[in-house]
Amino acid sequence: MARFISRRLFHLIFILIGVSILVFLMLRLIPGDPAHLLVGELASPQDIARIREKLGLDSSYVYQYFIYASNLLKGDMGTSIRSNVPVSQEIFVRFLATVELSIAAMLISSLIGILAGVISSVRQYSIFDYFSMMMALVGISMPIFWLGLMLMYLFSVKWGILPMMGRFTMGLDYHVISGLVMLDSLLSGDIQLFFNSVKHLILPAFTLATIPMAIIARMTRSSMLEVMSKDYIRTARAKGLSRGTVIFRHALKNAFLPIITVIGLNFGLLLGGAVLTETIFSWPGLGRYVVDSLSARDYPAVQGCILFFAVIMVIVNLTVDIFYLYLDPRLRIDGKG
Amino acid sequence: MAAPLLEIQGLKTFFFTRKGVVKAVDGVDLSLNEGETLGLVGESGCGKTVTALSIMRLISEPIGRITEGSINFEGKDLVAATESEMRKIRGNRISMIFQEPMTSLNPVLKVGDQISEAIQLHQDVSKKEAWDRSIEMLRLVGIPSPESRVNEYPHQMSGGMRQRVMIGMALSCHPKLMIADEPTTALDVTIQAQILDLINRLKERVGSAILLITHNLGVVAEVAQYVGVMYAGYIVEYADVITLFKEPRHPYTVGLFQSIPKKKGSAKRERLQAIPGLVPDLLELPKGCKFQDRCSRVFQRCREEAPLLLKLNGSHQVRCWLYE
Ligand SMILES: Nc1ncnc2c1ncn2[C@@H]1O[C@H](COP(=O)(O)OP(=O)(O)O)[C@@H](O)[C@H]1O
Ligand code: SF4
Ligand SMILES: [Mg+2]
Repeated sequence: MARFISRRLFHLIFILIGVSILVFLMLRLIPGDPAHLLVGELASPQDIARIREKLGLDSSYVYQYFIYASNLLKGDMGTSIRSNVPVSQEIFVRFLATVELSIAAMLISSLIGILAGVISSVRQYSIFDYFSMMMALVGISMPIFWLGLMLMYLFSVKWGILPMMGRFTMGLDYHVISGLVMLDSLLSGDIQLFFNSVKHLILPAFTLATIPMAIIARMTRSSMLEVMSKDYIRTARAKGLSRGTVIFRHALKNAFLPIITVIGLNFGLLLGGAVLTETIFSWPGLGRYVVDSLSARDYPAVQGCILFFAVIMVIVNLTVDIFYLYLDPRLRIDGKG
Repeated sequence: MAAPLLEIQGLKTFFFTRKGVVKAVDGVDLSLNEGETLGLVGESGCGKTVTALSIMRLISEPIGRITEGSINFEGKDLVAATESEMRKIRGNRISMIFQEPMTSLNPVLKVGDQISEAIQLHQDVSKKEAWDRSIEMLRLVGIPSPESRVNEYPHQMSGGMRQRVMIGMALSCHPKLMIADEPTTALDVTIQAQILDLINRLKERVGSAILLITHNLGVVAEVAQYVGVMYAGYIVEYADVITLFKEPRHPYTVGLFQSIPKKKGSAKRERLQAIPGLVPDLLELPKGCKFQDRCSRVFQRCREEAPLLLKLNGSHQVRCWLYE
């Protein structure tokens, strides 16, 4: 197991080198100049040249990359052109907001998706099956922007049950411990803040959960249908096991491999930030940060984010693979796990 | 004589498919006493497995359904039993082992867990006791070093080993009846003999009756006291094994014996075949006797009226107009 993990982390090095070069080049090849955007329309060519020099943008790409990479090796991801704050710091703060939202969205989508998929499969062609699979289809094709606005309109504007934006109501006392508001409020025993932040989380989390939920439900259904027709399910029934035991102990564990893949993939994508949802609900996450950084041609910030995503994706994939080993003994080389 | 342990009368199990009604089991009558072995023989597709699954009430509903008949087991009609009553019977009073040892065990659960699960379900024992009993069962079915193999997963075992595990699992709650559906068909010839021998020995020990399904007459001769011969969904002949081998009556049974080479020792391996013609399509059965197209002694009445199961001497029964 340790060897498996270290080999994957070794691969990560090459992924990072590749990704960093690619992003570095792509950013500089798309039109637009950070210096220009920074000083505005009225700046003189001399001003711009001065700033370009200050930002190190006047030297060759090779040299620029060399400087960038050697800083990276020292653990320095650079400084944001816009804010002058170290990129790592900016990413970290926003990442925590994204993590909170992503975990909530994945919990919702996995729980509901798996449950709906299981019920659909064991009651194939029932009304529930038709209904939930139709909902899944709607969920997959639903424009997120529209859904988010509708939810906001109904729950915040019309009925006033849930807050419209942000992670918690401005003005509430928040002692930062980890940066995850819900966790911190619990740690410091601030129940009011806890419920306040949960309320803020509900709408964006549901909006974000829709598509993964639909994908997970469909995947669970098809995977369960396949497994339920296997010989070992008949064996389990021939033992006199109850329907529930057959479904959850014997079938679901076998059906889980493709489901866990889908969950991992979607979680990885969410951790990269959700531009639309974050924009609608003013959630201070990574998605908006990347987009804003990109439109300002904030090279270090964008480069930092993309590298960060690459690391996240590798870690998520690694976790999925470890789950695989846990779930399917046939994949364990030594057999005993 | 006491009532038989299992008595099936007029059983019909149909599948209502899009193409039409498949009459997979269309008139099965069988009876089996405690501790005895009944062989159920017939070509592939004649309804043996469906008969077994009907007894277990594991027919895939709603397309499959028992439409007629009764299955009396220990004084209870299983056809009328509720699902929860059946769950107390399955794996406990009646257990079943299947044709495909490679796919019949759950790949993600330890064999020990798969055996103890049944024990814990039906017997009032702790998890630990059930686990220890699983080890005992593995030892009983001849798996070397059971203490360590109990922790293994199915993929770490050969087909023969897996079938042994299935047998151990099936016998773990001392069932009154064990249904063995072609338990050796998928295995190597050398392993086949070992598994049959094992079933035979354990049956004595546990005292279970066995319904042994096979398409191999040699297997029947070795282990069964009674034999039912099936053709296209119904029983065509039923007798004790000696009578059947000495005086087969139904033209189909006679054909089966003729298709076995007479050389000694080779009979064991011979599969049923070599009767000219094809099994009728279960969707379009002929009027009258289902065997008429392949029967060398067919006459007018066979094409008009379906033959009834006629009693000959003792328990010997045959479904053929020649014996009216
Ligand atoms: N689930 C099912 N749906 C439709 N037909 C079935 C089903 N199961 C079995 N049958 C049909 O029933 C007949 C008997 O099958 P089976 O009992 O498996 O034969 P065998 O004697 O080889 O065990 C076959 O023609 C098969 O096609
Ligand atoms: S009833 Fe007629 S066709 Fe059928 S087996 Fe007997 S002789 Fe042959
Ligand atoms: Mg069969």
